[in-house]
Amino acid sequence: MAMAALRREGRRFVPLISPQPISAVQSSLISQEQAPLGVRSISTQIVRNRMKSVKNIQKITKAMKMVAASKLRAIQIKAENSRGIWQPFTALLGDNPSVDVKKNVIITVSSDKGLCGGINSTSVKMSKALHKLTSGPEKQSTYVILGEKAKAQLIRDSKNNIELCITELQRNPLNYTQVSVLADDILKNVEYDALRIVFNKFHSVVSFPPTVATVLSPETVERESESGGNLGELDSYEIEGGETKGEILQNLAEFQFSCVMFNAVLENACSEQGARMSAMDSSSRNAGEMLDRLTLTYNRTRQASITTELIEIISGASALKG
Amino acid sequence: MFRRATGLLARPIISSARARTRPFSTDLPATETGDSNFIEAWKKVIPNIDPPKTPLSFMKPRPATPSSIPTKLTVNFVLPYASELASKEVDMIIIPATTGLMGVLPGHVATIAELKPGVMSVHEGNDTTKYFVSSGFAFIHANSFADVIAVEAVPLDHIDQSLVQKGLAEFTQKLSSASTDLEKAEAQIGVDVHSALNAALTG
Repeated sequence: MAMAALRREGRRFVPLISPQPISAVQSSLISQEQAPLGVRSISTQIVRNRMKSVKNIQKITKAMKMVAASKLRAIQIKAENSRGIWQPFTALLGDNPSVDVKKNVIITVSSDKGLCGGINSTSVKMSKALHKLTSGPEKQSTYVILGEKAKAQLIRDSKNNIELCITELQRNPLNYTQVSVLADDILKNVEYDALRIVFNKFHSVVSFPPTVATVLSPETVERESESGGNLGELDSYEIEGGETKGEILQNLAEFQFSCVMFNAVLENACSEQGARMSAMDSSSRNAGEMLDRLTLTYNRTRQASITTELIEIISGASALKG
Repeated sequence: MFRRATGLLARPIISSARARTRPFSTDLPATETGDSNFIEAWKKVIPNIDPPKTPLSFMKPRPATPSSIPTKLTVNFVLPYASELASKEVDMIIIPATTGLMGVLPGHVATIAELKPGVMSVHEGNDTTKYFVSSGFAFIHANSFADVIAVEAVPLDHIDQSLVQKGLAEFTQKLSSASTDLEKAEAQIGVDVHSALNAALTG
């Protein structure tokens, strides 16, 4: 308590003794903690402000992590249930990412909101790499972008190749009707021989590898089945219903696209929440460490200022005495 | 320090709780058998980035066509929001193809069938389960695997007869008063589905 009284006394003397450091206070409030020499107890205020803001940031990121965890739980169920829907198509038509076609459309699925780690950058990187892989003489590849983040990144250098941009996908909870309308929209507006959907598949909260799902147009399916290879057995299937094989294949391609899109969008949403969880978790941990360091600095500066006050008082007293 | 300790305690609790309620990943592990052509072509053009995964590596491979006809048909009945039947072994299924009701037994010739709204029944021993499917596709493979993909399916006992009648009357009325082609097509679809529902409930 005596110490506190001395501290208060010491502080009151500061403005009388040294007017110089006060202007240094104002300037050091603007600059970081680089307190110029001769300034005594001012930097505790700066450190205290920083500590308050870092603590608030830590609370916010912790809350965001909890929110992301609860959203993840809800959407993970949907995504896992939707995993069955693309498998019959791959079982029938096989998986042909290396198909050689003239018109490629790369559909990049990304999130609208940020603070979700690196998943959007990974998707964009994959899309650009696919673009490089599938372009060549007489071949063209264009982008259809779902989500704000990929749009912001791709619009900088591939503006001419973007066909369609769709945002605010997750305003209402994701369901098949919405995605099938979206798929219909895309198919009406782009010409394609092969559609490649780039998304982050959700394996676990810490693992979401980028994946490419390929959907071929009916003409390409016919061509590939005639030339043999993966689709060679397609001819052995009898077609029930419809007028011609072409019509059935058309319906099949559209249905496949909407099913694969549905799964891709759900998996990407899961990956987004998982990535946001881990990003916010590491952010809270970082804020905690920063807070510890700031507390130490605060205590050190506080103790140093007390010591200097004491030294001045004692040396002043001893000067008076003797 | 206290703050850090709570942080350390909180994380393991959450992860173990999650592990208890649901495993980290219910999907099959990604096997390395991807499309080798794709991976090679990728590595040539883009050597610095790992190639993306493809759906083939996430799927269990299907068995080859056996020489003799198997006794049971393996059915996968999937909907966008659930897998109703996953690799279930049954004796026979009857699917509502656009050309009419089609029965599928083990050893059926490989077929791709488009489905119209109607009743699908699954026969296993002495039990029959009936679903009303809205539409979709059915693939029957040569190895006695049947994949039925529908947009919407409900077990028959979940359907309300009176609502069906009301819907049928409404859409018939809309069809007669429809002016544009689009309205006519929508009303026609409504009539088709409701009359199929009606037939399913009464027949």
